[in-house]
Amino acid sequence: MSLFKIAWRSIQQRALSSWLTALSMALGVALVVTVLVIMNTVEETFTRNAQGFDLIVGAKGGALQLVLNTVYHLSTPVENIPYDFYLQFKRGTPPQVINAAGALGGAAGATATPRQPRGRFASAVEVAIPYCLGDSYQDFRVVGTEPTLFEIDYAPGRYYRFAEGRNFKTENFFEAVIGARVARETGLKLGDKFNSTHGIGPEGHVHKDTSFEVVGILEPTGTPNDRAVFVNIEGFYLLDGHAFDPEIRETGNLTQPGLQEDLSSYLPQGGEVAPLPIDKREVTAVLIRTDPSNPIAAISLHKYINKNPTAQAVAPTRVIFQLFESIVGNLRALLLLLTCLIVVVAGIGIMVSIYNSMSDRRRDIAVMRALGARRSTVMTVILLESIGLSLGGGLAGFVLGHAAIGLLSGLMVQYTGVYLGFFSFVPWEALLLPGLVVLSTLAGYLPAMSAYKTDVSRSLQANP
Amino acid sequence: MLDLIQVSKSYSQPNGERLPILNIPRYHVEAGEQVVLMGRSGSGKTTLLHIIAGISQPDRGNVNVAGVNIAALPEAQRDRFRADHIGYVFQTFNLLPGFSALENVMLGMAFAGGSVDRQRAINLLERVGLGGRLTHKPNQLSVGEQQRVSVARALANRPRLLLADEPTANVDPGNQQQIIDLIRQTCEEERVALILVTHTPEVASQFARVDRLEEINQL
Repeated sequence: MSLFKIAWRSIQQRALSSWLTALSMALGVALVVTVLVIMNTVEETFTRNAQGFDLIVGAKGGALQLVLNTVYHLSTPVENIPYDFYLQFKRGTPPQVINAAGALGGAAGATATPRQPRGRFASAVEVAIPYCLGDSYQDFRVVGTEPTLFEIDYAPGRYYRFAEGRNFKTENFFEAVIGARVARETGLKLGDKFNSTHGIGPEGHVHKDTSFEVVGILEPTGTPNDRAVFVNIEGFYLLDGHAFDPEIRETGNLTQPGLQEDLSSYLPQGGEVAPLPIDKREVTAVLIRTDPSNPIAAISLHKYINKNPTAQAVAPTRVIFQLFESIVGNLRALLLLLTCLIVVVAGIGIMVSIYNSMSDRRRDIAVMRALGARRSTVMTVILLESIGLSLGGGLAGFVLGHAAIGLLSGLMVQYTGVYLGFFSFVPWEALLLPGLVVLSTLAGYLPAMSAYKTDVSRSLQANP
Repeated sequence: MLDLIQVSKSYSQPNGERLPILNIPRYHVEAGEQVVLMGRSGSGKTTLLHIIAGISQPDRGNVNVAGVNIAALPEAQRDRFRADHIGYVFQTFNLLPGFSALENVMLGMAFAGGSVDRQRAINLLERVGLGGRLTHKPNQLSVGEQQRVSVARALANRPRLLLADEPTANVDPGNQQQIIDLIRQTCEEERVALILVTHTPEVASQFARVDRLEEINQL
């Protein structure tokens, strides 16, 4: 008869107490597993959102604010930069877009804007996408941009897909694509028209004269773009108050709002829509993916642009990493610490349970000793019992945690776009097994020492 | 088989003084011999059995069992020696409640040097009339049956010496003789020396050798 069996019989002998202590361990481990997997997903999602572009160029100011505005559609809007600065990143021809298999929306259509000469930084750039911000629709940010945004991967190997409809076309100025969450929460459907609000929040005025038509609804991506409204930048420029007065720029004051001029001359005339002249345009930011064949392009551009008094360039992954480490990282550590404490408390529960049973079992231990069991043998039996309870509960908790993750997968897909299933694992989980063995050995040590020190003769002579 | 030479034992009292319990100049039991040890309550019978079994250490003296002075052995070796060579039948049976009859017998083998011989455990239980109770837990057995399991467990490792501490004290009168017969018969068959402690004159009268502790103990 092995020591494992002796320990197992002892666990069976105290079935209720054993199951309750194992259950507490199971709940603790389930919590750890759930937190580990979900936090890992949050971290992955958080950093993945910033992976699509190497650099974000915007007005001088806070780097974090620029990233939050452009990548996360959060924070107060930043200032604009001149459109001709954006043109420095454009190639003379439409951008070489990566239209890998699976990307939807088709190639960029014929551009309505005149083709520009090759930009100064174009050779270092693969894709440069302009963002015009400052409008909103209900609780969601409106982004004026180009259709190219949806023709490239938003994270390595991940491409936008349309749940319904298609990408907007450059020549159709008043088309829009909406994120999955926007569609869900606003009820906008294909073919619906909406009017955006100038500004963020309820105090802005609605662009009543011009509306955009929803031509595409994105599938959930797990990125902040799920909660953004993307409109054709050409249409965005034609909204009331979005044209820029070049005279203002000449004063060097970029903080003043755009000129409230009469746009009727740019609006459709005789069925045609004329684009806003370049000298009346600005962009809030330019999202840049540098040439992958030029490994130092991002660094060089970053340094060069930041010497420029007009704009700043930030590496979004670095900014987000710093943000994550300073805020979310601490939150993760705190959550993990709390859940680990729960497991430790469960371990203490096992110790208390076994230790409390020692007075009842002292005679059994004495009998084993009288039958020839060494002190170390009875000590091992108690430790095996502690380890068995801990690992049994831990295994159940592992299954329970992953089952909970499987059950939550629907919600996770809905809110983050990340699929999590029963078999979603993170490497840290591999530490659970040795961790539990160490914890249960420590938990079992006190009762095991009590067994070790049992006075056999006295215990045998005590009344049963 | 068993030789006690100048064995003494005392316990410390709360006032710090030592209370002498045993002082045995010499005590000898032959291999295969069956001896009854009688004595008044509190005279040190169980203490003597514990010393012979190596469960307790004497203050001084030699406890030679099968030629080995177990009093001089380190505790771990004493434990192993006890598992291999000494069987013990307790007054209160001391079966482990979570284990079946068969497992209780095999438990006795688990701590010895040899492998666990399941077939021998079954044979022993059959010999004590419990072939049909192998998987019964102690609380599913009668008092007499529990003591028979205890006897089978004590003999599991083919000991050279069996110590029985009032084995019939908690057994109903109808089963007492059966237990005594079982112990004696099995010890004879396996040529095991037996020291049986009892208060019962009817039991003692069946043995050729009856020792009184008061006569052995020179306190």
